[in-house]
Amino acid sequence: MTHAIAISHLSKTYASGFQALKDVSLDIRHGEIFALLGPNGAGKTTLINVVCGIAMPSAGTVTVDGHDIVKDYRAARSRIGLVPQELTTDAFETPPATMRLSRGLFGKPANPAVIEKVLKELSLWDKRDSRIMTLSGGMKRRVLIAKALAHEPQILFLDEPSAGVDVELRKDMWQLVRALRASGVTIILTTHYIEEAEEMADRVGVINKGELIVVEEKAELMRKLGRKQLILELRERLHALPAALAGHGLTLAADGMQLVYTYDTKGERTGITTLLDEVRNAGIRFRDLQTRESSLEDIFVGLVRQR
Amino acid sequence: MRLEMNLYGARAIYMYEMARTGRTLLQSIVSPVISTSLYFVVFGAAIGSRISQIEGVSYGAFIVPGLIMLMLLTQSVTNASFGIYFPRFVGTIYEILSAPVSAFEIVLGYVGAAATKSIVLGLIILATSELFVPVRIAHPAWMLLFLVLTALSFSLLGFILGLWADGFEKLQIVPLLIITPLTFLGGTFYSTSVLPQPWRTITLFNPLVYLISGFRWSFFNIADVHVGVSLAMTLLFLAICLAIVWWFFKTGYRLKN
Repeated sequence: MTHAIAISHLSKTYASGFQALKDVSLDIRHGEIFALLGPNGAGKTTLINVVCGIAMPSAGTVTVDGHDIVKDYRAARSRIGLVPQELTTDAFETPPATMRLSRGLFGKPANPAVIEKVLKELSLWDKRDSRIMTLSGGMKRRVLIAKALAHEPQILFLDEPSAGVDVELRKDMWQLVRALRASGVTIILTTHYIEEAEEMADRVGVINKGELIVVEEKAELMRKLGRKQLILELRERLHALPAALAGHGLTLAADGMQLVYTYDTKGERTGITTLLDEVRNAGIRFRDLQTRESSLEDIFVGLVRQR
Repeated sequence: MRLEMNLYGARAIYMYEMARTGRTLLQSIVSPVISTSLYFVVFGAAIGSRISQIEGVSYGAFIVPGLIMLMLLTQSVTNASFGIYFPRFVGTIYEILSAPVSAFEIVLGYVGAAATKSIVLGLIILATSELFVPVRIAHPAWMLLFLVLTALSFSLLGFILGLWADGFEKLQIVPLLIITPLTFLGGTFYSTSVLPQPWRTITLFNPLVYLISGFRWSFFNIADVHVGVSLAMTLLFLAICLAIVWWFFKTGYRLKN
């Protein structure tokens, strides 16, 4: 079975000599939500630009639903909708007019019913007669999504969809993305908001300095790389860790008012019982304890820092 | 080999560009018509009344083809350059680049729209000139051929300019510092045959002389150079512009990193 997108040994070096992508290989499955995470300048947008035809690859191949993006660009591109990171919209047009342009560009005949449906789904119907320049930033972001959906794409790229939008719109967008996935659309999103990936993604890829560090099912990634922490809230401040507790890898936090113990949940023994015994023997009293699982954000930061 | 075309794509660009003209009617149509009318008032009526006929044609009528060419050239270049430069400037070009449209379809949309606007404008100016001077057209088919070929060639030149420019200043340089002076020096208001040597020979290096001469021939049957040479030069210019546009898209110059 062909993948929605198959990227093989893709590299991209700009004219300035900067290598934005280094031998990236990645397969995106049909109907999944794939989150591509990475710090600023990691190569996320370059990767999207190459797949969508905005930037030329220096080496490697990309196929979209089996169609090569260079040799068979019409078939490849007609399947893709792109919501760019920047709010780059036509200022003087109305939302339906700019959507008609998008739909035509992607080789589809005019269909007012589709335009109306998308506008209504994105709560833009009331703004259909307004010039885009008069809309708020959040509304402009919706217009960009509407343009990308105007030709009913099978694959949707969302490059930082939550940048600069309020919480309500973000939640609306998550709902829309889920509905699109339910209708069979494959979604690839890049985001700085890791909670967005944690909330929605089926799989996660982490890219840093042009290299794809890891690609994994989100749940599996969190299971594999996730850690749990036991936090002891102390009754009295500790100025240093007692020597008797040195072997547990404890850290002293919150100005000496917390002891933090990080452990592997998959291990046969977590070492918690021994630790608590030794804490008591050392005469340290605590008033509360809590456990915390590492988030996708913690994992992401850990992965990027390792490099 | 399959011959496929995204005509919806080309049409979408064309209609979008034509809609832009509708929004800027004052700047696109009214303003050039007013400035041309002023030329007629100043050169045709005020100064022209003191100039005897040129090769059997009254001076007012003689300048009509030149004035249409002047507007046709500047408007073709301005419209086409702005049409493609603006999406590059604001960033909306991403949509064109990521769409399944070929370079040919993009050019068809942008250049077709710019040329259409110029041709319509040229015909409006021709109709306006009728208000000031009686104009006869000896070869209407040739007149239309020169009008269409010139509008296409200079819309292509404008498209090239819009791709090359990396600022609004560069966008203005070619129409202001190259097209307008060459048109004025190319016989808009005079026959190059009245020039003394060596200026008459030097003028032949100005490509616009051939366009204006051919266009004027289609009106009055008088020309500075043979009409065949004018047509050949117009087609050569068109071919050069097409080759440059083809190279831009092939290499992604100024379009794709």
